[in-house]
Amino acid sequence: MNMRIPILKLREVLIVSIQWELDDQTALQFQEDLLKKMHDTSAKGVVIDLTPIDFIDSFIAKVLGDVISMSGLMGAKVVITGIQPAVAITLIELGIRLENVMTALDLENGMDKLQQELEA
Amino acid sequence: MAYRSSVDIHTEWDIVAARQLGRNEAKKIGFGTVDQARITTAISELARNIYLYAGTGKIEIERLNEKGIFGIAIIASDEGPGIADVRKVMEDGFSTSGGLGAGMPGVKRLMDDFRIDTEKGKGTTITAIKWLR
Repeated sequence: MNMRIPILKLREVLIVSIQWELDDQTALQFQEDLLKKMHDTSAKGVVIDLTPIDFIDSFIAKVLGDVISMSGLMGAKVVITGIQPAVAITLIELGIRLENVMTALDLENGMDKLQQELEA
Repeated sequence: MAYRSSVDIHTEWDIVAARQLGRNEAKKIGFGTVDQARITTAISELARNIYLYAGTGKIEIERLNEKGIFGIAIIASDEGPGIADVRKVMEDGFSTSGGLGAGMPGVKRLMDDFRIDTEKGKGTTITAIKWLR
């Protein structure tokens, strides 16, 4: 009964908005779906928006970190946007550092950042 | 008698159920969004540890009231293999499951009080408490 996370394509960028609390299976399915979509569409960048998410545990953090590394292997850049204050605080207290991850305050800033990266 | 509710952990889905229960209780007690996130995350880590290391167990959530100071207790118990070296699992970066989970030091930092009772071959009970400030 796991739900698939929709992945939208806009020009050469994939846009993902994670709207509900992720269970383990949905997170792993998303990882697979995103890489496949990236491959099928030859997308050069991805923005993952986490605005509605009110907590991230170590498992979800690992899946996110992995999907960013995997995307990098496939030649795409990923920007994470919309991390809430409570999420940022708990991730750091938990001891999780998403290092070398591009982030932006919101989707709009994330798109700008990705555009700059792709043009650079 | 303090109010206590619980979720049995058998599958990955029960991890979701446990943290939803914890978040609802935290909200009812009056915790703000940051503490709700801390409590939810702590429950998720403890429930996943049960699922990974013991297979089954339970998460109990208790509302606390110590002389007018309110709080929440998470009691994670299992009858799994127990923890051989408690000092070692409290070191940052220690994991026997191949890097899954931030481990116990992370949960301890998220909460105010943290206690491990474990006996090899008998199981583990972890109690983590957050007080409402």
